[in-house]
Amino acid sequence: MSASALFDLPGPKARMRYRLYAVLGTLLIVGVIAFVIYKFLDAGQFDGKLWEWIEYEKIQTDLVAALGKTLTAFAVSAVLSLLFGAVFAAGRLSDHAIFRVPSMVIVELFRAIPAVIMMFMFHYGLKFGDPFNSVVAALSLYNGSVLAEVFRAGILSLPRGQSEAAYAVGMRKTQVMVLVLLPQALRAMLPAIISQLVVVLKDTALGFLITYEELLYYARNLGGVAQFGRPLIPVTIVVAAMYITMCLLMAWLANYLAKRERKSKKHLDTGDDDGPLPNKPVLMDSTASTM
Amino acid sequence: MNVLLDNSDIFLNGFVNTVKLFLIAGVLCLILGTILAMMRVSPVPIFRAFGTVYVTVVRNTPLTLVFFFFAFAFPLLEIVGELRDYYFFAAVIALTLYTSAFVCEVVRSGINTVPVGQIEASRALGLTFGQTLSTIVLPQATRSVVPPMVSTMVALLKNTTIAAGFSVAEAGAIRDILSEKGYNVTVGMLWVALFFIILVVPLTLVQRSLEKRWSVAR
Repeated sequence: MSASALFDLPGPKARMRYRLYAVLGTLLIVGVIAFVIYKFLDAGQFDGKLWEWIEYEKIQTDLVAALGKTLTAFAVSAVLSLLFGAVFAAGRLSDHAIFRVPSMVIVELFRAIPAVIMMFMFHYGLKFGDPFNSVVAALSLYNGSVLAEVFRAGILSLPRGQSEAAYAVGMRKTQVMVLVLLPQALRAMLPAIISQLVVVLKDTALGFLITYEELLYYARNLGGVAQFGRPLIPVTIVVAAMYITMCLLMAWLANYLAKRERKSKKHLDTGDDDGPLPNKPVLMDSTASTM
Repeated sequence: MNVLLDNSDIFLNGFVNTVKLFLIAGVLCLILGTILAMMRVSPVPIFRAFGTVYVTVVRNTPLTLVFFFFAFAFPLLEIVGELRDYYFFAAVIALTLYTSAFVCEVVRSGINTVPVGQIEASRALGLTFGQTLSTIVLPQATRSVVPPMVSTMVALLKNTTIAAGFSVAEAGAIRDILSEKGYNVTVGMLWVALFFIILVVPLTLVQRSLEKRWSVAR
């Protein structure tokens, strides 16, 4: 459904009314933003002095180093959680209960425990040493189990005929999975996988809580330096912009792939289109936790 | 077991705070999220634009950063005066602002499941945008929205633990107290994890069964 089905093309009267709403709404929104900016100014957060730090080469390189630590944690966790997801998705799809049941229990378990709790347990309880280890372990286990569900849903969403045909030509189960199902499922699931990787990137910021020296941790330290007038708000703005840019780029990639997939002739109708008008209700994919 | 029994008051207090955070932020973000979703489908372009920008920006910001802002930077602005429970207040604001972006998307996808014919019929009857939305679209959207909304709420419940890192006495903060008293932190955290499993797994099961039952209908 296009949103425009909800209202008529406005006539002259309605146009006037919409214009009035628009003006009032803009005033309200601009008012709130202006108030916040005024408060920033009032608290002296836009003084030149508070932005001086950005000119120091040492700080620039340190900021890049902190960004590097964030990205390292992200990259390692992403690879490990993809592996974990693939292994446990295969386990959950297994014909043998001896693999299926433990995989299900493990996946449900790690999906239910908050990543922060796991991080605290690994770092302070089990003493994994360097905070990096705990960050990566917690993120991989949590996102890996979410990805396992994504993979599983991807395989299950393929039409039955695909595997039936493969069995009919005499393929073994492994062959069916690797040669027929997996390539198609990956295609369809790629956007969901990338969205989950955005979550991994966002969650690396949790490392801040167990003193992993990533971007946010560095921001906290830099924000407290008296020499620069404790520029907490400027630093927060810069770091937020960095996170948002990185995540937006990935979200954009996911969107692009999803669009390309939808246009492609090889597209299988698995009911996840937001095409013209679906007859069945399209539920959001609840297997992927996008937070 | 001793870790739990000796510190039952700490565990109880922690979980009462978790549930309090969850309920308050949950209700607030349902309201704010629905308002945002209505803005995103409204006939006034500026509202649509605002909704889109808000959702895009907030969804791509780490929640820890939102907490960070409200815990450390926001007090510097001196918008609110001294509050006794400032960190609790900050946690509610951070969770609400963050989660409502996700609620908005869930509601909007729910609106999309209502057949166009119904909306056209209601317009043909002369209902206004507000009437169409509130009497025809939203009640039906609720049905398809409940399962994904439950998973959003589960995520909110798990996200309350981040508040522990910012001095809110809830379940995640139990670690601090235990390590101060010299108890085994691992065992303590295992208890916390178990409580979360007890809270989250039934919700997930409810969601699965609703999804199965309701997705067949219509």
